[in-house]
Amino acid sequence: MAIECLVLGAGQEVGKSCVVVSIGGKKIMFDCGMHMGYLDSRRYPDFSLISETGDFDSSLTCVVITHFHLDHVGALPYFTEVCGYHGPIYMTYPTKALAPIMLEDYRKVMVERRGEEEQFSYDHIMECMRKVIPLDLKQTVQVDKDLQIRAYYAGHVLGAAMIYAKVGGSTMVYTGDYNMTPDRHLGAAQIDRLRLDLLITESTYATTIRDSKYAREREFLKAVHKCVAGGGKVLIPTFALGRAQELCILLDDYWERMNLNVPIYFSAGLTIQANMYYKMLIGWTSQKIKDNYTKHNPFDFKHVCSFERSLINAPGPCVLFATPGMISGGFSLEVFKHWAPSEKNLITLPGYCVAGTIGHKLMSGKPTRIDLDADTHIDVRCQIHQLSFSPHTDAKGIMDLIDFLFPQHVILVHGEKPKMASLTERIQSELGIPCYYPANNETVLIPTSQNVKVDATGQFMRSCHNVNLNSIQDKPCISNFSTNNCEVSGTKIDASKMVITSCCNANLHSTQDKHCISNASISNCEVSELAGDENLTEGILVMEKSKTAKVVSKDELLQMLGAEKHVVQFARCFPVRLSNREQFLPHAANHTTLQLLCKKLSSHVKCKYIESFSDHLQLDSLRIRICSNEDCPFRTNQNKYCSSSVIYFCCSWSMHDENLASKCLEIVNNLDSTIQDSNLAQEEAPNEHLQ
Amino acid sequence: MKLTCLSHGRGGVHRPPCHVLELSGLRILLECPLDLSAIAIFAPVPSSSPSSSGDLVAAPPWYKAVAAHHLFDPCLLDAVVVSSPAAMLGLPFLARNPNFSAKIYATEVTARIGGLMMEELVAMHSEFVRYYGLEKRQGRPDWMKWEELERLPIELRNVVMGEEGEELGCWMPQYSAAEVKECMQKVVPLKYAEEVCFNGAIILKAFSSGLEIGSSNWMISSPRRSITYLSSSIFESGHAMGFDYHSLQGNDLILFSDLSSMNSTDYDTKPDECNSPPLRTDNDNEDHIIKSLSGNDENLEEIEKISFICSCIVDSLKAGGSVLIPIGRLGILLQLLEYISRALDNSNLKVPIFMVSATAEETLSFTNAIPEWLCKERQEKLFLGEALFGHAELIKEGKLCVFPLLYERELLMAWQEPCIVFSPHWSLRFGSVVQLLNRWHSDHNSLLILEQEVDAEMALLPFKTLAMKVLQCSFLSGLKMQKVQPLLELLRPKLVLFPEVLRPHCPIKEGGSFAFLYYSENVRLRVPNSRKGFEVQLATELAFQLEPRRLLEGSMAIARLQGRLLLSKGKYLLVSGKKPLKQSNEQMLLWGSVDPARLILALEERGIVGSICDDDKAADGYWFIQVSKPEEGLIKSSASETVISCDDERTSALIFEALCSVCDGI
Repeated sequence: MAIECLVLGAGQEVGKSCVVVSIGGKKIMFDCGMHMGYLDSRRYPDFSLISETGDFDSSLTCVVITHFHLDHVGALPYFTEVCGYHGPIYMTYPTKALAPIMLEDYRKVMVERRGEEEQFSYDHIMECMRKVIPLDLKQTVQVDKDLQIRAYYAGHVLGAAMIYAKVGGSTMVYTGDYNMTPDRHLGAAQIDRLRLDLLITESTYATTIRDSKYAREREFLKAVHKCVAGGGKVLIPTFALGRAQELCILLDDYWERMNLNVPIYFSAGLTIQANMYYKMLIGWTSQKIKDNYTKHNPFDFKHVCSFERSLINAPGPCVLFATPGMISGGFSLEVFKHWAPSEKNLITLPGYCVAGTIGHKLMSGKPTRIDLDADTHIDVRCQIHQLSFSPHTDAKGIMDLIDFLFPQHVILVHGEKPKMASLTERIQSELGIPCYYPANNETVLIPTSQNVKVDATGQFMRSCHNVNLNSIQDKPCISNFSTNNCEVSGTKIDASKMVITSCCNANLHSTQDKHCISNASISNCEVSELAGDENLTEGILVMEKSKTAKVVSKDELLQMLGAEKHVVQFARCFPVRLSNREQFLPHAANHTTLQLLCKKLSSHVKCKYIESFSDHLQLDSLRIRICSNEDCPFRTNQNKYCSSSVIYFCCSWSMHDENLASKCLEIVNNLDSTIQDSNLAQEEAPNEHLQ
Repeated sequence: MKLTCLSHGRGGVHRPPCHVLELSGLRILLECPLDLSAIAIFAPVPSSSPSSSGDLVAAPPWYKAVAAHHLFDPCLLDAVVVSSPAAMLGLPFLARNPNFSAKIYATEVTARIGGLMMEELVAMHSEFVRYYGLEKRQGRPDWMKWEELERLPIELRNVVMGEEGEELGCWMPQYSAAEVKECMQKVVPLKYAEEVCFNGAIILKAFSSGLEIGSSNWMISSPRRSITYLSSSIFESGHAMGFDYHSLQGNDLILFSDLSSMNSTDYDTKPDECNSPPLRTDNDNEDHIIKSLSGNDENLEEIEKISFICSCIVDSLKAGGSVLIPIGRLGILLQLLEYISRALDNSNLKVPIFMVSATAEETLSFTNAIPEWLCKERQEKLFLGEALFGHAELIKEGKLCVFPLLYERELLMAWQEPCIVFSPHWSLRFGSVVQLLNRWHSDHNSLLILEQEVDAEMALLPFKTLAMKVLQCSFLSGLKMQKVQPLLELLRPKLVLFPEVLRPHCPIKEGGSFAFLYYSENVRLRVPNSRKGFEVQLATELAFQLEPRRLLEGSMAIARLQGRLLLSKGKYLLVSGKKPLKQSNEQMLLWGSVDPARLILALEERGIVGSICDDDKAADGYWFIQVSKPEEGLIKSSASETVISCDDERTSALIFEALCSVCDGI
């Protein structure tokens, strides 16, 4: 079995994220984004690669959108309403609430301001969103009988999620965009330690390591404060959602502390309306906000009011949030035209701008003039501040996540090719995980392993528990009840269960601080080992055509087969010459000899079980008997001795006591010489025993 | 698996049933409620007319946990599962025991609302502390002395002791705010359908039950069983997310614990409904069942009730009387707020609505930020960008005023009568409701709205002579009896554990595709397992290590298996050991008999010469092979035993090997 991963977008680039994964006969599309840098067909993923006939409903099991950014959701209305996909679409509650705002905003910019032909209408957006099934975090959704998906907190924007998908034994995570450090209104990404065959992760900052966020925040606030103190105007081009709220919390807080009263404007009712959503979706924000919102909702901004177009050229300082973020058009471009020529003003730029946008031009070098089109030029004299806080994780965060999840394979998307190459190198060399970064429209095949389902009998399962008991007997803390219950087979199982319980509790507690990594084969915290680490469980797998294979314990096998055990024994009957045998009383001679032998063996041989009977000794499976049967079939060297001082020992043993037997037989053979010694040393014998 | 029902509860929302489940060697407590109706035996403070509350106990109240709680040791519990806010009010009593180490599972919202309810209880209890002072003495309070109990009227005594005195041990002194906090730290908050694995062996999953915001049914699965724990459920609700029964389909066993119809009066299910034709399980039929189950009629009925209440409220207000609403059900309260404000607008009444409770403000703002837990209509509001509940707007417009205490300056400033006051507690013994009742109980224009569950006669005992109108309203609090059978058909269990008390009332046909077992209070019910054997996952790398061997006869193949058995997420898993597998002949197990001719051949392959002895020794089913080369030796064999005798160890080993090759073995 394999996972087939077709990258339709964000392969070796940033934009139009779209990955189609085939896993166990199910096909999932992760994200359906558009590319902001293109205006032609390249702006959408090439959906024809999924299905040539355009029958997406039968070729795709479901679509999952990770967050509301246009490069992740932008092509969705086009895909559902124009291309005609009607299957299930999943996104988190905030994404479902906020994505239509983003889409409609974009559509307006495209159609009303740029005068382009519209790709999809407002009705298309609403119709598309109606089909969306909302997800909550960690909710395990059974898409169909085999496919299970689950969303984890990604921290990138409100409602951003990493998606876990599982079909049969094959598992994977698609991260979308994520942030491993918490910011003012969002928490850091959080995920369970899952056993994964494949991890598809973003790699926007594949090579960047960022320093403390507070220094960068201070720098930003200082730049803004300096500008408004000098009577300048600050333009903050952002998307309506996400950064806008983060920076607004930051500024509102700062204004409060510094007692400033310079107005902060939001360009449209849009963002103010967006704040309404944020207030209801408080559960998706950072822990600090969640703990305090019942007293003060941080999205009730004190200093923020809405902006009128007439205010563009009004005198006096102000701060303005305007969309879109990369000054690719719309209102932020309009304001930029007015404000850029004055050196008193300040433009802040987001951390990442797509190639082709004005934001990108401003970032690369310090241009003094920007040519908008053939006739329009803008003189740029204002100051430019680049916001270096981005809601994407940095290289360290990516490595940390991969190290934490430790998947079998990694695929990088959503990054720049050279940086992805260097990160791939690091992942393979430092973590030893195979890593790929396919280009758009390329497919990667990932092999997966699959468990085999078998039946097991109760006796086999019990034998596993018993192994556990034996193995832990030495450990002082638990030995008490394991020894107590060993005699009674009925209570044995109970005891072993208690052992498991206590071990597991400890295990569970330790995983709470997320540092516990259990065995590499199943790197999951919720695993308990039923037999001790060193103790292997033994059983027999019985396979029969058209039946589920069955594991039975060894003892059960014969019963199951209806066969009888065939015992194999080794036997030898050999003479030993005893020179002083005459000393013994005739009727007790044999017994005394055995007694002597027993003493001898017990001091020279390591054997758990030695027992002496009147006519034989038993050491594990080895039985030593004095043989008086002249016709004993196992007798060897029959003719060499014929004296009364010779007695025959008939020994028999099983294969597994081979070593023990050969050692004992040697001792028996040399009994004559040793008996004389031991007779002399008989007084000391008990002492020797004690030692 | 064993089930012990500790209490049936009262069939309502405020006192749900409570069970102990023993599963896979673990002990799970299902629900931990308090019997807050029992607090009715205490006199409220300050009492308006001491004469009327003369029979009641004038002491700081103790609280009554569920029967038989005190009979088992909290340290024996491995987990506690809580499905509604009211079902966790008794938890601090357990959690304050130093030996208590179980994990408590509840949905995030149940935990939060339950926590707020506990805080409110503690705050209301402090009224008694202010009046009586702190309880100084350790041990039993005076009112629990035998002679004091003897003096109580019989109905009060029954509340204290139960009919046979067995419930006397259930009473506990109130927990403190610190104990609540400590208890809440032991709660593991879950989302709906979040999978949580307890101890590697048991997987818990909560699904919405529709009863209250955040309330849940549970799927509890162990390696050998999957159980649906079905608590009181409502198909469509005007506030909480509806009953998610699809996710409960196909589990082996249903623990039916919806006892809401135990005390309800509508037992009169029509006989024709009971005798519906036997149901098939094809899809058409399933759709049909679903349609009949999840119609909107129940919700409409509820809305009708609420509208009726609103009209009564308007009538009272028009007559100049005030309205007092001590309703404890959050969802209903929130809906009521919306409908009342609409009714006021419609009849052009400008009457202030007050809400007086220590936790009201937090509760209200919390409920407007949990769209994921609400019914479809309210989720739509999120997507349209509107507030989830109407109260946010009401507060902003100043129509609804929320105060933590009755004697607050701002409240006194805003106070005007007639007015509507939402005020705890439904037991009418503590909370702001006591003072307001003292003020209004003799005003025949005023209106008091109670839930059906409250024993009105007992509750109103201290407020004689009562002139104010009392409207008692029964809200839906679980499955309707006639829907039980079709629901069970839909869920397709193998076995249903059903409460014995409901047996006579429920139109259940036995002999369908599933069996019934009936449980009763305080009886430990042993539940047989229907699955034979265990299901184990064999890891790929272990499967590759196997060396299967075909049996001499038949199509069977067998392989020796050596590995580590793990229990992960409720599934057994066999993985290979860390050490390489060593296959040796030493532990070889052989069976069947040996064919001497084949053995001779096998010996020859190994360079050993032997011949079958045909002499008289070969009696009693024995035969012999005399080995002559390379060393002398003898093989003696019968149907069940072979003895190899040879002085040379190497040769005996070779003989053994040859024997293994001609005999079935592993």
